[in-house]
Amino acid sequence: MNEQLASAERRKERIDRGIKVRTEGIYAVSSWQEVTYLVLPRLTLIVGLLLLPFLMPSLYWNRVISIVGIYVLLALGFDFLAHYVGLVSLGGAFFIGVGGYTAAILNKSLGLPPALTIPMATLCGAIICTLLLLPALPLRGVYFAIVTLMYPLAVSRIIEALNILGGTDGILGVASFPNRWVEQYLILLIVIFALFGLRRLVNEDIGLVFRGVKDNDQAVRASGLSITLYKAIAVFIASGLGSLGGAYLSHIYMWSGISQFALDFSVIPIAATVIGGGGTLVGPLIGCFILVPLSEFLRAFGPLRIVIYAVILVVVIMFRSEGIMVYAQRKYHQFERWVKV
Amino acid sequence: MSEEAILQVFNVCKAFGGIQALLDVSFSIQKGEVFGIIGPNGSGKTTLINCITGFIKMSSGKVLYKGKDISNRAPNQIANLGVTRTFQIMRPYYSLPAYKNLVIPLFSPRARRTGGWRGGGKLGDRGTVSIDILEEIGFERDSFVPYKLASSLPTGYLKRLELARCLALRPDVILCDEVFSGLSMSEIASMVPLIEKLQIDGITLVMIEHRLRELFRVASRVMVLNFGEKLTEGVPEEVMQDERVKEAYLGSEKASDYI
Repeated sequence: MNEQLASAERRKERIDRGIKVRTEGIYAVSSWQEVTYLVLPRLTLIVGLLLLPFLMPSLYWNRVISIVGIYVLLALGFDFLAHYVGLVSLGGAFFIGVGGYTAAILNKSLGLPPALTIPMATLCGAIICTLLLLPALPLRGVYFAIVTLMYPLAVSRIIEALNILGGTDGILGVASFPNRWVEQYLILLIVIFALFGLRRLVNEDIGLVFRGVKDNDQAVRASGLSITLYKAIAVFIASGLGSLGGAYLSHIYMWSGISQFALDFSVIPIAATVIGGGGTLVGPLIGCFILVPLSEFLRAFGPLRIVIYAVILVVVIMFRSEGIMVYAQRKYHQFERWVKV
Repeated sequence: MSEEAILQVFNVCKAFGGIQALLDVSFSIQKGEVFGIIGPNGSGKTTLINCITGFIKMSSGKVLYKGKDISNRAPNQIANLGVTRTFQIMRPYYSLPAYKNLVIPLFSPRARRTGGWRGGGKLGDRGTVSIDILEEIGFERDSFVPYKLASSLPTGYLKRLELARCLALRPDVILCDEVFSGLSMSEIASMVPLIEKLQIDGITLVMIEHRLRELFRVASRVMVLNFGEKLTEGVPEEVMQDERVKEAYLGSEKASDYI
C-alpha cells in the first residue's frame, strides 16, 4: 500500500527526453537544469584537460601529457576520416613524420621560432600529405589503408638509404618551447580546439557532404559534387592535425628523426578509437588518455608490458566493443531522476 | 526542330568485355517532353542512362546537351549542367535524416549559384529549402517523415527522395531509372501526378519503365531497346503494335507455334 502511494506521488523522469522532443539537433533548452545537463559533460572535459598539468606536476608525466596530446590529434584525424568520410587511414606516422621534419628543417635552416614553424609545418605537411595521397583517393576501405601504410614505411627507408635530412641521426638541435607551461597548455588548447572544431564541422553542411561520401559516394556524384575534391579536403584536415602533432613533437624532443615514421603513430590512434568509441570524436580522445598513460604505468612490468597491454585491449574490445564513449553516452542519456507528480 | 532538342544521343556503343551492351543507339529529346525508354530485362536501358550521365564511359558515341558535347564527362560535371538522374536501386544517405539528404545536392556548385554559400538565399538555410522540396515531392511537412532517418523509410519515400535529390539541383533534364518499380498500385497512383507536375514545371523527363500503362499516361514518345539495339521509336500506341516489339516482349509467334 505504502509502495503504491509512493509510486503515485513520484515517478521516474528522463532528463534528456524533454530536450530531445522539443529539438532535433538544435538545442532549445528551457531551464537551468537542462542547460547543466547538456553543458556538464563538455565542461568537465575542458576543465579536466586544463587542470591536468597541475594534477601531474612531475616532469615525466608532463611529457606524457604532451605525447597523449599528439596521439589525440592523430586519433581525431583517424576517427574523422574513418567514420565521417569513409577513408581508413594508416598514415598517422606519415603525417607526424612530414610535420616533424618540416618543422625541424624550417627551424634549423631558416632559424624560425616554434611560433612560426608549427603553423607553417601544419600547412606544408597537410599540403604535402594531401598531394601524395591524391592518387589513392579513388580507393576505399582496406585498399586506401594499404597505400597510406606504404608511405611512412617507404619514406623512412628512403631517408635511411639516401642519407638525406640527417640520415639515421635525424635533425638535432631543434629549438624547444620557452617553458613547460607553454608546452603543456599549447597542446591542450590545440586538442580542445580540434575536438570541438571537428564536432562542429561534421554537423555543418560540408560535414554532411563528407558523411554522404562515406554513405553513398555515387549519390554524391549524382548530386553534382566531386567526391575526390571532398575526400582531398578531408585528408587535408586530418593530415594537418597529424602534421601539427609532428611539428610539436620535434620541438618538445628538440630532434626530428626516422622514429617519427614509426608505426606506433599509425596504430595507437586506431586502438584508441576502438576503445573510446568510433564516430564520437570524444571517444578517441578518452581512448588516448587511457591507453598512452596505461602503457607508461606498465613499464614497471618490463618485458611483460606488451603482453598485459594486449590483454587489456582484447578484453575491452571483446566486452565493450562499442567503445567507452558510446556506452557512456547511452547511459548518460538514460539517466533518470525521481520527480513528484 | 533541332534547335529545340535538349538532349541528343548519337551512336552510343558500350561493350563490357565481349558483351555488347549498347550498339549504335541514337535518339534526340525535345525540350519539355516525357520520353520513355522501354525494353526487356538486360536490354541496356540502365547502361544507356549510365553512359549519358557519365557514370560509365561509353566505348564510342556522342551526347549533346543543348548543343554542347558532354560525352564522357565526370558525373558531377554533367549533374552541374542540369542533367540529373535517379538510381533504380535507391541510393539515399541511410545514416542521415531524409531532409539532410537534400543538403548534399543543395551544396553542389549548381545549387549554390542560386542559393549562395549559406544555403537557399532568401529562402532560408539548406535545411529549410530541403523541407520545401520534400513537401513538393510528397513528404508531409508536419509529420515525422522528413525528419526520419533514410534507413527507416519505405521504398515509396526512398523513390521520392531520389527524385527530390534531382530537384534540389534545379535540373533541366531528369533521367528516371524505374521510379515506379517496387511500388504498390496506390503509391504509383500518387506518383503519376508528381511526374505530370514536373513536366508542367518545364523539366524534360527521360523515363525507363516497366510499368507500361503508367508510362504511357505521361510519355509522349517511347523508344524500345532490345539486346542493346534500338528497335523502334514513336508514339506509344504505334510502338506497341510493332511486330518486333511484340516479339521482344512476348517472344516470337513462330517460336510459340513450335511449343
